[in-house]
Amino acid sequence: MGNSRRPDEVSALVDHAVQGDRRALARLISRVEDGGPDAWLALSLIYPRTGQAQIVGVTGAPGTGKSTLVGEIAKYTRHHQPDRTVGVVAVDPTSPFSGGAVLGDRIRMRDLAGDDGVFIRSMATRGSLGGLARATTDVVKVLDACGCDLILIETVGAGQSEIDIARTADTVIVVEAPGLGDEVQAIKAGILEIADILVVNKADREGVQSTINALHAMLDLGAAPRGTLHHGVLMTTAEPPLKSDSRWHPPILKTIAAEGKGIDELMEAIAQHRAYLQDHPEGQQRVKVRAAVELETILRETLLQHLIEAVGSDRLDDLIAQVAAREIDPYSAAELLARTP
Amino acid sequence: MDNKIRVLIAKPGLDGHDRGAKVIARALRDAGMEVIYTGLRQTPEMIVEAALQEDVDAVGLSILSGAHMTLLPRVVELLKAKGLADVMVFAGGIIPDEDIAPLKAAGVAAVFGPGTNTDAVVEFIRGQFQTA
Repeated sequence: MGNSRRPDEVSALVDHAVQGDRRALARLISRVEDGGPDAWLALSLIYPRTGQAQIVGVTGAPGTGKSTLVGEIAKYTRHHQPDRTVGVVAVDPTSPFSGGAVLGDRIRMRDLAGDDGVFIRSMATRGSLGGLARATTDVVKVLDACGCDLILIETVGAGQSEIDIARTADTVIVVEAPGLGDEVQAIKAGILEIADILVVNKADREGVQSTINALHAMLDLGAAPRGTLHHGVLMTTAEPPLKSDSRWHPPILKTIAAEGKGIDELMEAIAQHRAYLQDHPEGQQRVKVRAAVELETILRETLLQHLIEAVGSDRLDDLIAQVAAREIDPYSAAELLARTP
Repeated sequence: MDNKIRVLIAKPGLDGHDRGAKVIARALRDAGMEVIYTGLRQTPEMIVEAALQEDVDAVGLSILSGAHMTLLPRVVELLKAKGLADVMVFAGGIIPDEDIAPLKAAGVAAVFGPGTNTDAVVEFIRGQFQTA
């Protein structure tokens, strides 16, 4: 990945940020988000300080009220546990046409303004398709290292195949709302499988009970063992079988986030899930899976970068032209490149 | 390596609608910028705190209420106080011509009146942050 051209500047930024300078924290997040050698240096410097925060992800279809719910969780935490600081990372999609984005999640979090114990950052996906930006996990690490005790991640509002959040958060909340067309949007996709807690928000609307019934039916049907989520190829060892009776069963809760209703029960469920991960082997297993996936992702980028440097752009352009002209197939071309000394 | 221009668009004061602000937000998005949109009824303190957390390059303020002579200089002042003097402030909305010179003297980089072509705003911002 090359070396940072401004190592002193980056390490000064890290020093200030971890000492509580919010301006430095904001700028450090930008460096990490922009990627490249500065980001890698910053992340290696903060890494020893990470691993302290509780990370909660909130995902679901557009219009289910994710931003409002995230705002309420943050508000509740600050009210009942004033010693705990809260970081929020809200992800919205980048336009594939212009590369720009309108990030509007702060609109629903205005109650948090003026609280020094809350830090909110909006992120655009910048071309990433899994519901998070490529750098979201890294930005979470920065907030973690800088002392945020609870970090809330709001994914883009899609909720079908956007399941990156399961690789980043300790606890994943999947939000549904009654009356969004289909009985339950989530049935279509694999998103129920990643839920640790299911929330039916806007529970004052018509059709709540049928949404809840549908979710119950899906959960009873599925009952797929958790912990098998997204193994990287680095993790080939089989998991120890989990005792099915001790496994976590996702609760289904009702909230009206806009009125702050149901937040008590939700917070209780989040705390219970945290305790479960601490006591149950699944907690450790998840930590390992996450480390493997992360290492694999970084390794892939690093190897590709090294390879491109070793091969040279001329040779690469040449091979691309040959593939385009059907003179060589892409598999053989990749094999040739990979064998470059 | 990615290096996007990030712009905060906010409506300080008590204006009832934000159509103009949304038009600008979309125009900047279509020009490839990342726009943080904070919505209606923002105090200068809220705007500056959001600008700090989001590490933006510029803050665009839309005002229709007539309170621009107090609100805009206040935002500039607070930005400076928070160490964000390098964040560019521009404004739009209903601002009489005779107020433009004093606002610029107070640190507002540009004022765009009603009917301004959004391209002009895009060009102005790009001109300020030309990344080679």
